Formats: sequence, structure tokens, C-alpha cells
Amino acid sequence: MTSLPASTDRRLGLVIDLDICVGCQACVVNCKAWNTGGYGAPLADSEPWGENPSGAWLNRVHGFEAGTGNAAAIIHFPKSCLHCDDAPCVTVCPTGASIKRSEDGIVLVDEAKCMGCGLCAWACPYGAREMDPAEGVMKKCTLCVDRIYNENLPEIDREPACVRTCPANARHFGDFDDPDSPVSRLTRERGGVDLMPEQATRPVNKYLLPTERDGAAKLEADGFNLADYADREPHGILAWVDRALERI
Amino acid sequence: MNEHPVNLSPAVADEIRKTTCYMCACRCGVDVHVRDGRIRYIQGNRDHPVNKGVLCAKGSAGMLHLESPARLRAPLLRTGPRGSGQFEEISWEQALRTASDWLAETRKRNPKRLAFFTGRDQSQALTGWWAQQYGTPNHAAHGGFCSVNMAAGGIYSIGGSFWEFAQPDWERSRMLLLFGVAEDHDSNPIKLGLAEMRRNGARIISVNPVRTGYSAIADSWIGITPGTDGMLILSLVGELIRTRRIDADALRQRTNAAWLVRQGPPERAGLFARNEDGKPLVVDGQSGQLTAYDAPGVIPTLGQDAELADGERARTVFSLAVEKYLADEYRPEAAAEITGIPAARIRGLAAEIARTAFEEAYEVDHPWTDIQGTRHPTTLARPVAVHAMRGISAHANGFQTCRALHLLQMLLGVVDCPGGTRFKPPYPKPVEAHKRPGKPQQPGQPLTGPPLGYPLAPEDLLVDDAGEAVRLDKAFSWEAPLSAHGMMHAVIPNAAAGDPYPIELLFLYMANMAWNSSMNTPGAMQALTEVDGNGEYRIPKIIVADAFASETVAYADLVLPDTSYLERYDCISLLDRPIGEPDLIADAIRHPVVETRGDVRPFQDVLLDLGSRLGLPGFNDRSGNPNWKDYAHYMAMREFRPGIGPLAGWRGAKGDLSGRGEPNERQLQQYIDAGGFWTEKLPREALFFKHVNAAYQEWAVKIGLIDAPAPFMLQLWSEPVQKFRLASLGFGDCQPPERLRRRIQEEFDPLPVWRALPDAGSDEFPLHAITQRPMAMYHSWGSQNPWLRQLHADNRLYVPAEICAEAGIADGDWAWLESRIGRIRVQVRRMQAVNSKTVWTWNAIGKRSGAWRLHPNAPEARNGFLLNHLIPDRDAGGSMANSDPITGQAAWFDLRVRLRPAETPGSEPRFSPQPDPPGLPEAPSELRYGREWTR
Repeated sequence: MTSLPASTDRRLGLVIDLDICVGCQACVVNCKAWNTGGYGAPLADSEPWGENPSGAWLNRVHGFEAGTGNAAAIIHFPKSCLHCDDAPCVTVCPTGASIKRSEDGIVLVDEAKCMGCGLCAWACPYGAREMDPAEGVMKKCTLCVDRIYNENLPEIDREPACVRTCPANARHFGDFDDPDSPVSRLTRERGGVDLMPEQATRPVNKYLLPTERDGAAKLEADGFNLADYADREPHGILAWVDRALERI
Repeated sequence: MNEHPVNLSPAVADEIRKTTCYMCACRCGVDVHVRDGRIRYIQGNRDHPVNKGVLCAKGSAGMLHLESPARLRAPLLRTGPRGSGQFEEISWEQALRTASDWLAETRKRNPKRLAFFTGRDQSQALTGWWAQQYGTPNHAAHGGFCSVNMAAGGIYSIGGSFWEFAQPDWERSRMLLLFGVAEDHDSNPIKLGLAEMRRNGARIISVNPVRTGYSAIADSWIGITPGTDGMLILSLVGELIRTRRIDADALRQRTNAAWLVRQGPPERAGLFARNEDGKPLVVDGQSGQLTAYDAPGVIPTLGQDAELADGERARTVFSLAVEKYLADEYRPEAAAEITGIPAARIRGLAAEIARTAFEEAYEVDHPWTDIQGTRHPTTLARPVAVHAMRGISAHANGFQTCRALHLLQMLLGVVDCPGGTRFKPPYPKPVEAHKRPGKPQQPGQPLTGPPLGYPLAPEDLLVDDAGEAVRLDKAFSWEAPLSAHGMMHAVIPNAAAGDPYPIELLFLYMANMAWNSSMNTPGAMQALTEVDGNGEYRIPKIIVADAFASETVAYADLVLPDTSYLERYDCISLLDRPIGEPDLIADAIRHPVVETRGDVRPFQDVLLDLGSRLGLPGFNDRSGNPNWKDYAHYMAMREFRPGIGPLAGWRGAKGDLSGRGEPNERQLQQYIDAGGFWTEKLPREALFFKHVNAAYQEWAVKIGLIDAPAPFMLQLWSEPVQKFRLASLGFGDCQPPERLRRRIQEEFDPLPVWRALPDAGSDEFPLHAITQRPMAMYHSWGSQNPWLRQLHADNRLYVPAEICAEAGIADGDWAWLESRIGRIRVQVRRMQAVNSKTVWTWNAIGKRSGAWRLHPNAPEARNGFLLNHLIPDRDAGGSMANSDPITGQAAWFDLRVRLRPAETPGSEPRFSPQPDPPGLPEAPSELRYGREWTR
């Protein structure tokens, strides 16, 4: 068993905006591209050109459909490690490989200690950990720990790859302990939520839910109908044109 | 507990090389991180005007293109029967000699017998010129089967369309109308823009049969029946007119709405009344006199008829439009029947558009001067933006639908205004500023102009004395007079049928015509191998240039292996598909960021080499040596007009001039030093209403986009279109064949109309079937990319839940999908967020077994499928291409189908596995990319 820090100096994490995520998979692939040459073992792919291509990814986007008729909607749901305060993946680890950093709250796997038993993936209610098919070690989001402090990168680029690449600006990175950070503000202003709070994992990452889409109903209910203009029904084209010109 | 030391600052790259992405046609700037000569990572270039730092899934996976076992590695010559995959590797010298021998023979006999078509079109300024100098009219890029309706509809109406031509004013718009935009087109800029609009609280309305991607996050989704967008738009137009919610000033000042249209004599009816200088006439509201539309001080009337000097009557464009769109056929109740959208919703949408355009209008602090010299202290923002793409254009009624959308913009006054859809230089350009298609001369002589252009009148067509096609694809014939991008989809069927004539040589660059880029794919595959009575191939010789072992490479006689986009020079030119933004002009290059793998050559180098070997005019100097040593040299040194070359940045001997200036030997290095692109801001007064903006016109001349100011009015009424209709009525020397007379008369309406699709109302095939391109995959290119194919390794047919219920099909079941030309077996995914009469799937995911060096039983072949097998390449009569009758645009989305349960699983049809070309490496069973940099 591995213990969690009593508290962390900072609580780094992501705000993911489901209201604007178009499901383009940019974060998914850019994450893989950065991390396969970064922290820990490469993110291997088996049968890359073969019959059953599969691989280890730190971030995936799922699509769900909800509702019917005009109210039918598709929700794109990006999912990666939420760096929980009460991370069950850490406490379940028999070797001490799964850790939560006291300085910033990032949950990492020390691959040198990981024996690939998979208990942590079983304990994670979010399915956010994946076993590397080649190395047999557990892979997970590092919040790009090798980017966010990296002095070889310009300061502006010291953020996770998924955040930097997101074309829809649906991902935000920062310290949730800082009430003035963009992630804190967004969470406050937009009512950011925990994923599956009943699991009592106290995730650091927050999701902004899709706003109500109006479908047909709102358009019609808003009263932008032509009642206002009903008295303007034209009598012949020329009459119409003349009156239009007078008016405009 | 934190004993785990982490290297927080690992080395990232030895060097960051900035170039232009080509994982799709979006042309984003990329920072390629090179380490140990390999690519460690690719990110978006923050300074780049297109993507501003972000990068999509495709671009992020670019380095795996280099790893593909499907990469061709040397020129190949066919040794077995065509399609058998039996090739031998040959040297480049042998390959180029073979190609130039074949090309020279055909050119000497009859240059028309060469059909040279390119799938990708970012070097069209070179490929078009090559074809012109060779003397064959049979050249085009893929626009005819992509979105020529959008392009031509825009050029003939407002001097430009969307994407490269114009984009929504993301910053200032309050409302965006997205028509038929799938997951791409334009890729990153749309996502950036939607996010900006969402932040600003602007509304996004998506009209699309399918609610995925951008439609999924839209505030409002209108799940229209495919092919009926034109009816919806014209119904909106009718409602706006009926309620007088139109911008009369914009119509008077910036469009031809006030121009007088002759009502007679019959041979000139529908043409503009003109003065002796040829200037269109208006009635001046102050004097009541007939006056040139652009006379100083004129205030044209929109509604007043006039009697012309010759005694004939004339009516304004506007009064003709009012009469047309107030007719009952465009009433919301009538439109509801056709579009599937309730009348109340159409009225609601019209009112919401009007409210945004007129009640949310505001003045922007941008003084400007119009071309008549009138000073405007501010610019009026009407914050309604529009963007549309292939969803509305890939129908046989697409040209008129695209025109209808521009009509809507013109009536609202939202063309190139703040908050509207804004042009990107070098657009807008009046249609007259484009060239006419060049005509063939004697063998050995170039065409009279570039092979593609924009006809203005029947005289510009490429037809023989009988009125029949000169081109193999029948572009610019009476079957498709305004086919400005050619009709690549008709090339292979026509060549095999010898209709209108047989060819000797088919030369394809980067076009997967034996698979996902053809209609009736089985027919195309057969056509490529069909033999005549003597056992000779009907298409005698085929040269294919490509970087990968695609389905089409298998049918080549000679394969010219291309490089990847990371290993070459390329030119994203203002003369081609520019990358500017509304506020700035820009162009860009690609340059080699890694060493080339294999004995492969950039196609443009090869084309220049062939041009020189053939001695095409302009390719060699007086002593017969090539004018350019390679494409990079060409990019810097070629001049089209004095001072104007492929690239506009760093011109002149000192490299300090923009736009105009003599060639500069160091130009490419200056591009590389600047991050791979050049950009310059427009003058502040030139930003809006560019077509009538004095500062813009002056700037465009200075920078070399035009040689003299070319202001123009937006065209509600299209006189070129009317000229074709007049011909169909029997007027003029250039007459359509009798069989097409009625069709031309019906289709060539100078005002936008909606016409039912040819197969509409089919009881036998009650469903519409369409495709969309996923955001993470581009055509077939992504298929050999291990990361991208994990996202889309196979595809399902998405079927409305009610249709599943009716047909007794459950989610995950297999079903037969049938059209009038065949059937395919597909796996069904039940869906709610789709138009109730429409089924759809992802485009180009299904692969031929064995192609692209994928395992023969890969999911792409096992479960993936192409809708293309069901799409007829001919119209219902069987004699003409399945195309828009005006532009020849491939009518992909007119497909009608029916669905029934299948008893057994697995996609059908299956073709014999495609053999690998020789010499390619085994596909590794595992990939651990980046291993050398990890610890």
C-alpha cells in the first residue's frame, strides 16, 4: 500500500469544457506524440499496421448521444487522469510505484517500481490508466510533468501538450489552490463539476458541462416570429418596393 | 513518499524547424522538433496566421507518415498484368526516360490524348502551366469532385467564396450560420473561431443532416433533408423580403440590385441595359434619368422600371428578385414539405437572422473611402456570418444553392462587412478577372491559356462545331459549362468508354481514383483494366505519382515515388490556394525538415524535369538547359509577370520588397528564417467592403494582386448565366446540342433557384445516404498512420432509430445497403441526432484488402466500407456524369438507398487482396515511437 500526502503545495489540474469540445481528437494524438518520447517508457502500439491495432494512450475522447429528435445531441467527453486528492490508484499500489506528488498533486507512476499488476487501473473508477502493451508498466497522464517545468521550453509553452494543441480552447491548465488562476475562475464562474463525485475520489480536474442547447423550441418560444411584421404584407411588388425604400 | 525523482527539464529538440503541415489541406504552420535527425514532436506554430499555435490530431501524428511501411521507395515499372501488383524497381533515369518517351510520342501525335490530373492541388500554378505548355486541355485538380459549386457559386456571385476566399468575422459576429460543414473544411481555424464566438456569447446555428462535430456544439441544430438547403435559404430570402428586413443601402451601393435588366428584344432579354461605354445602367433616384451605375453622385433606385433608348423596357434586378422570391413556392409552408423543417422554425430563423443583422448592427470605428470617392467616417457592422462547404455543394443543385446563400448575404448586407463573412486577399476578385479556359492548338503548341478558367459566355466553352466536348471529362462543354475546376470524376469512365475519344496516357498525381476518390469504385477499377478486342488496355498507359502504396498505385504501369511533405519544398502561393486572413495577406512554403528516405523525388521536381526533357516551351533556356534546377529554384526564380512570382515575400535583389519585385536567390532562406511564411497587414482603411474600397484596390495594385484597380459590384443577377440560357433559347452562334437545350434553359437561371434533385421522390430508394470526413482522418492518407487508424479503423452506417425499428435492425447488426447500381454490406449504428430520412458514414475509412500495406484482414478491409460503391458515376439516363449540370460538380450526396437486414456479418464487396509492390519492408508488429529519447 502506498500513502497519499496529507496535503499538496499546489493542486495542478485541468478544466475541460464540454460545451465547446467538438471531439476532434487533437488532444488525444498530440498527447501521445509528446509523451511517447517523454516521461517513462514509450507509449507502445501493437499491430500498428496490422489486424487489430491497439496501443497505450493517456487521454481519450469518447462520444455519447443523448436525447431524441431535435433535442438529440452528441457529447464529446475527453477523459484522462483526474489527479484525485483521494486517489484510490495510489493507495491500492502494492509497490509504491503509484504516487501523488506533494509539491503539485500530480499523480505519477514510478515505472522502475511498477510490476504491472494492474491493481491501480482496477481501482480507478474513471478507467484513466492503461497498461503499456510492450513494457508491461502502467501508463497514465503526467500532466506533462516534463513540459510544465521544462526550462528548455519557452515559458508560454510550459503547459500540457493537450492544452497547448486544443483548437477549440476547451482545455485549461492551472493551480486549483490559487483562487485567481484561470482554472479556479472558470470552475467558479461556469460551475465546474467533479466527475462521479459519489466515488469520493475528490478529483482535481473539473468539467464544464454543455450549456442547454435550444433546439427548435427556444427559437420559436423566443417570439422572434413574424407577428411584428404582419401588417407589412405587401400589395404587389412595386408597392412593396416603394414602401421598402421609404422605410429604409 | 516523494522519492521519485523526475527530470523536469529533459532536452526537447536539437532544432525546431518551422514548415507547413500537409496532413490535410488546411495548411497550418508547424514547429517540427527534430532530434537526432528524427522527429521528436510536432506542434502548431503560434505565430502562424492559419492555426495560431494549435494543431489537430492529423498534424500531431505527422511523423508517423515517415514510418509507414507503405512508403514507396523507388520507381516501379509494371511487369505483370495491370492490377496484379507485379512491378520491378527501376532507376530514376529509366523511369524519367520512359515517362518522357511516352509523353513525347503522345504530344507529337495528339496532345489531347494525355489526361493529366492531380488529386492534391497545392502546386496548381505549376501543374496547370505544365499542361498548358504540353498542349493538353485534359488537366485539372480535384476541385470538380470536391467543392467547385462552392467556389464557382461564390466567384460568379460575390467574387469569392469561403475557406481560402473568405471566413466569418469570428471576433465581431453575433451569429454564425453553418451550412453543410462536416468535421473539416476548414479544420483548425473553424474550431478556433467557434471557440471565440462561444466566448463572446454569439450564437452558432448549424444546418446539417447530421449533428456531429461542429453541429454537436451549435446552439441550434437544423437537421435538414440533404439537397434541400437551397429551398430553406430561398424561403428565408422570401421571408426577409416579405418583412422588409433587407439592407437597401448595401444593395444599392455594393451590388447590382439596381441594375436594369432588359426585357427585350428576345435575343438580349435578361442582359443588362448598358450605355455606349458598356456600363450597366440604373435609374438615378434624384434625376429620374438612366445613368451609368457608377457615375459620380448617382443614387440608384431599386424598384423603378425604365424605358430604354431603343424603346425596350427594363426592370431592376431587385424587382425581379422580389417577384421571384415572394412566390408561393418559397413560402415556409412549401419549404417545410421539402426540407423537413417546420414552417414556424423557418420563420423563426428568418426573424432571428433579421434581428441580429439589423437590431444588433453597430458602427465600427473604421473610416473608409469607396471607389467613387465618398468618405465614410465609420463602417457599419451587421454581425451575421455564414460559412458553408461540401454539404451544400456536392449536389446536382449545388451551384444554385451556393448562389442562394450568397444572395441571402447580399440582401442582409453582410458581405465583407464587420461581423459578416470577410474576404481574404487576394479575394475578392470579379469573375472577369479570372482567365477563360485555354483552347488547344496544333500538336506541339501550348493551349491558348491555362486549362481551367471561368467562362463568361458560350463562346468560352471548349466545344467542337457540333457543340460537343473537346475535353475528355467534358468540362466546359454544354454538359457542364461552368466547370471551373474540371471534372476529374469523369476521366476514368470516359477514357475507358472512349467517350468523347480514347486516350493514350493517363497521368495521375496523388489521387486515389481506384478507390475512395471515384464514384462507382468497382466500375473505376474495371475501367482501369478493361481491354479492347485486340487485348489492349482501353487506357493504354498509366503513370501514377504518389508517396504510398495506395489502391491506385496497383493499377499503374509506371510509378513515380513522391516524398512526404516533411522532405520537400512546396509553395503555398497567392496564385494557388492562399492562406491569408481578412486582415492580412500571407503565403508560405514547405521545406525539407528531415532527410529523404528512399530513392524518391518530390513530384514537382519530377514535373520540371519532364518539362525540360520534353522541351516544353518555357522550361529550357536557349541552349536547351533547364531554366530551373529544381522546384525550390523555380519557387524563387519563376516570374509570371515582371516582378510577380510564386512567392510574394522577400522579393527584389535585396529581398526587402513585398508583392512586386525581381526574383531573389535567397528568398527561400528568408522564408525559412521567418518561420516558413510571409505575411503583411492590410492598411486599416482597406479592411472591409474590399470590392468597392478605394484603399484596398490601391493596396492590391501596389502589392501586385492586380495591375489596375478592379472594383466590382456583387452579382445577384448573373449575366454570364443568362447568356447560356439565351443560347438555349436559340440566340447566338454558339448553340447547345438539341439534347441539352431544355436542361440548359431550366438550370441556367440568372437568379438563384432551388431545383429538386434528379432522384428525389424515389419510392424504390427512400433514404438519402451521405458521408462526412472525420476530423482525425484525411481521405485515405491517414490509413497507414498507426495513431490515426486507431481512432478510425472501421466505420459503421449511422441509421436513424426509427428506420432501424422499421427495418427490424438492431444496433450492431449487419445490413445490406442498396442503390440503383449495387449493394454493400455494412454494420449499423443506431443514431438519433440525424435527419430522419438520412443514413451516413465516415468517408474513406474502408480500404481494399492489402492496400496501404495494412494487414489483408485489417479492420479497414474487414469491417470498413465505402459508400462510393453505390454512387453512380452516370446520371439516371446513363449518358452524362452524375454531376451538377452547371458546374460539373460531382453529386456525391444525391445518393438514394434502401436498407434491409443481412444474415451474415462482414463488409461486402470484397476484392482480391492487393499485392504489395516489391521491395517494401515488413510491417513491424510493434511500434515504440520515441523509444530512444525516453528513459
